[in-house]
Amino acid sequence: MFRKISPPSTPPLTLSIDGKSVTAERGETVASVMMRQADPSCRHTPVHGSSRAPFCMMGVCFDCLAIVDGASSTQTCLVPVAEGMCVERQLGRPKVAS
Amino acid sequence: MRSFNAVVVGAGPAGMSAAIGLRAQGLSVLVVDEQPTPGGQIWRAVEAVAPTTTGALLGKEYLAGADLASRFRSCGASYEPETRVWQVEPEWKVYMTRSGQAESVAAGHVILTMGAQERPAPFPGWTLPGVMTVGSAQILLKTSRQIPSEPVWVVGSGPLPLLYMAQLVRAGGKIAGWLDTSPAGGWRRALPWIGAAMASSKDLLKGLAWMREIQAAGVKRVRGVTAVRALGQDRLQEIEYIQANGKTMRVPASLLLSHEGVVPSIHMTQALGCAHEWSSQQACLAPVLDEWGQTDKPGIYVAGDGAGIGGAYAACVRGELVALGVAQRAGRLSGEAASVQAAPLREKLKKLLRLRPMLDALYPPRANIATPTDDTIVCRCEELTAGDIRKAAAIGQPGPNQLKAYTRAGMGPCQGRQCGYTVAHILAQEQGRTVAEVGFYRIRPPLKPVTLAELATLNIDEQ
Amino acid sequence: MQREYDVIVAGAGIVGTAIAYGLAGYDKRVLMLDGADRDYRAAKANFGLVWVQGKGYRYPEYHRLSAAAADAWPEFAAGLEAETGISLDYQTGSGLKFCLSDDELSARAKMLDAWEAETPELAPSVRILDRSELARRYPTMRLGPDVVGASLGEQDGQANPLRLLAALQAAFQRRGGMVRNGHPVTSIKPLAGGGFEVKTSEQTARAERVVIAAGLGSVALGRMIGLDVPLHPERGQILVTERLAPVLPVPASGLRQTGEGTVMIGVTQEDVGYDLSTTSAAAVRMTRKALRILPELGKARLVRQWSCLRVMTPDGYPVYASSQMYPGAEIATCHSGVTLASFHAGPYAQALASGRHLQTLNAFPLERFNVSKNQSPQHTTADALH
Repeated sequence: MFRKISPPSTPPLTLSIDGKSVTAERGETVASVMMRQADPSCRHTPVHGSSRAPFCMMGVCFDCLAIVDGASSTQTCLVPVAEGMCVERQLGRPKVAS
Repeated sequence: MRSFNAVVVGAGPAGMSAAIGLRAQGLSVLVVDEQPTPGGQIWRAVEAVAPTTTGALLGKEYLAGADLASRFRSCGASYEPETRVWQVEPEWKVYMTRSGQAESVAAGHVILTMGAQERPAPFPGWTLPGVMTVGSAQILLKTSRQIPSEPVWVVGSGPLPLLYMAQLVRAGGKIAGWLDTSPAGGWRRALPWIGAAMASSKDLLKGLAWMREIQAAGVKRVRGVTAVRALGQDRLQEIEYIQANGKTMRVPASLLLSHEGVVPSIHMTQALGCAHEWSSQQACLAPVLDEWGQTDKPGIYVAGDGAGIGGAYAACVRGELVALGVAQRAGRLSGEAASVQAAPLREKLKKLLRLRPMLDALYPPRANIATPTDDTIVCRCEELTAGDIRKAAAIGQPGPNQLKAYTRAGMGPCQGRQCGYTVAHILAQEQGRTVAEVGFYRIRPPLKPVTLAELATLNIDEQ
Repeated sequence: MQREYDVIVAGAGIVGTAIAYGLAGYDKRVLMLDGADRDYRAAKANFGLVWVQGKGYRYPEYHRLSAAAADAWPEFAAGLEAETGISLDYQTGSGLKFCLSDDELSARAKMLDAWEAETPELAPSVRILDRSELARRYPTMRLGPDVVGASLGEQDGQANPLRLLAALQAAFQRRGGMVRNGHPVTSIKPLAGGGFEVKTSEQTARAERVVIAAGLGSVALGRMIGLDVPLHPERGQILVTERLAPVLPVPASGLRQTGEGTVMIGVTQEDVGYDLSTTSAAAVRMTRKALRILPELGKARLVRQWSCLRVMTPDGYPVYASSQMYPGAEIATCHSGVTLASFHAGPYAQALASGRHLQTLNAFPLERFNVSKNQSPQHTTADALH
């Protein structure tokens, strides 16, 4: 849905989204990485299982929730990317039981 | 428990300016913000981006933030980014978490600079992946140098869409079309403020320049659009819009950006029980503030767009005024000295806000935001439609809090940020009352969803 | 003289609405008057337990009342759901009270033995489960190491209190009842020739009978009918999480997972007057206790903390009183509005509708608080001379 306007000037870092390896640029947020994927969705709602993607990018809509390094319902638009980060789409109600 | 003369929540234009001003008066200051770097939304990531080509593309208004950020960094305030404030209790303790650890900080004064958010502007299908706000796209440009990969549709009106579209054009992006929802006769509406327009001609010319850039790029503009609908299975595939002449058009689309103005973020001030008043000019609530930006809760101040929409420069001035007010209250500045120093700031603020009423008249929010169709999702979190709300509104004429209890509207993670106004509008219409009379949800902590594990780390022995 | 209504119910919380709903089912013309959107509403802080275990220890009549109400709940819930299509998320058959030390468990066992002995005619309904039995019964529950055991009540269960209120209101209206929100009662005056005139700021209405079920507001209203009901507020703070995948299969005292998946944690008991503010200290204490029981909840996000004021009589047990001075005026107040909803909508309303006196109410008289029932009424409106 979105693309970079130019290649990054810093070495890219790698994170995984649902097990798939993707590159990211230091300083951007997890949500912005999601918006570059073919499927930009980050979750299915806990009410009806509807597909949602980031909406406001500033922390006031709570639609960008995903599981980041095991932490469920994380607002991905507020999380800067880090090398080796593990992101999983949150499908329905988050599981707290391990 | 750590203790400061002032805790500033938010490191945007207002927060940074307040911190600089407070430090100049010798007060101890802690500034906390949930982002990793200062700038708020308008100057988001400005330190990293200003020196780059993206910075140049974003324009002069954006670059101005770099200087302030630099002065903020060296003013001597304690600055703690990636910190979420989730509660403020009398008198005053600010509760926050950082890296999984909760803490409460004692504050003689709390300066809230939570800024603004885009006005919730529901329409059928607005929850589909592929529908976003104009502001979100601008944030993507600022923080990750991203633009839409396919021609983007824009729906709405206001200075922000104009600026973004101009920036997008500069960045080589493509705009499929702009569905301008401002009703015809804008300049007629703006006429009462033509004097202000002349006086603020610089700002006006800026807006006109953006418009010219957009026109020069051949962006298709559909004027007087009254309604829009997003269609698709699991993601946006088409949009339908109703033109001024009543005709419905349907076009393919993969990304739609919506914007119907900005409104002050009132969650924190509501949770604190501060008095608010309804502004019919801006169709939103704003906290009631004295001339120093203090709410009716002594020691709680608001600066920036959270006090009333005014833009970045006005936010800076409000921050500086709050700093003087706090310094006076803290006994560092006499009343006379404070007034003397405030006078030129107040003049400046007046000038900066001069154009606002005209902008509000030029760009009123799309009318049917207040009267969404039954099938429009109104509460995004709980997936409740306007029809669901109307059905519940028929059970004994509830207020918004009763309605929340019946339907769960406002009970999801966003706690009413995206649905509060819409629910109030629907109730107002169903009950024949004004929105101001209907009121708003009662907002309660936590202001950001902390995990139970984080909460449990709070040291309560010092409470 | 013609009265527009048979009964006016002052207060549309869980108690008032259940009574009104019951009355409307007995063909009574009922008007229910409720306060403003932001008034104190104990109904919104109800935890949602339909509970019997341990209730009325040393006051066996309350045990009996609660047990009978819990017995009647399934039929009551089914009827309401059928009438309104609103699901109450009602579950029954087990409820737990977790014990976090050996002392706590043995004290609870002892108390429950004595409690059951007070009502020998009732079949035993509680048992003590040690940790291994808990694990056997509820294998999906990953209890924290501090959990030593729990008492299990077979009559206990849970329901959605907000849906219950919405369903009662909806059903009440379907039965022809009239409700006016934002219309707090300002005066109740007996009329010569029988009946009452009830005023709000917006309207005046007349009815044969009046039932005051206005929570803490019942104190002022009670005085208007010559009843001095000593009620005081007790603050309860509650926490609720985001919706979660199933983590707690059985409701527990202070910890339950709702039908939507949210987990509710509560509740404090604070003597702070009419103060509705929440405290982070209470949030932390309640959270730590919940995490001792179910440590995995640590990952769950807290979405809201709120508080309400419980309606407490001096001994914590209900008051059902009839005005001697003005026959036809009643007061009904309790703090277990969910459990007793079936009673209020059922036997209580039925007795009221038929004009009979319900023997059960004898166990909860106003006199037990040593106040005179026959005080002269106190009015707050100007035209008190009548």
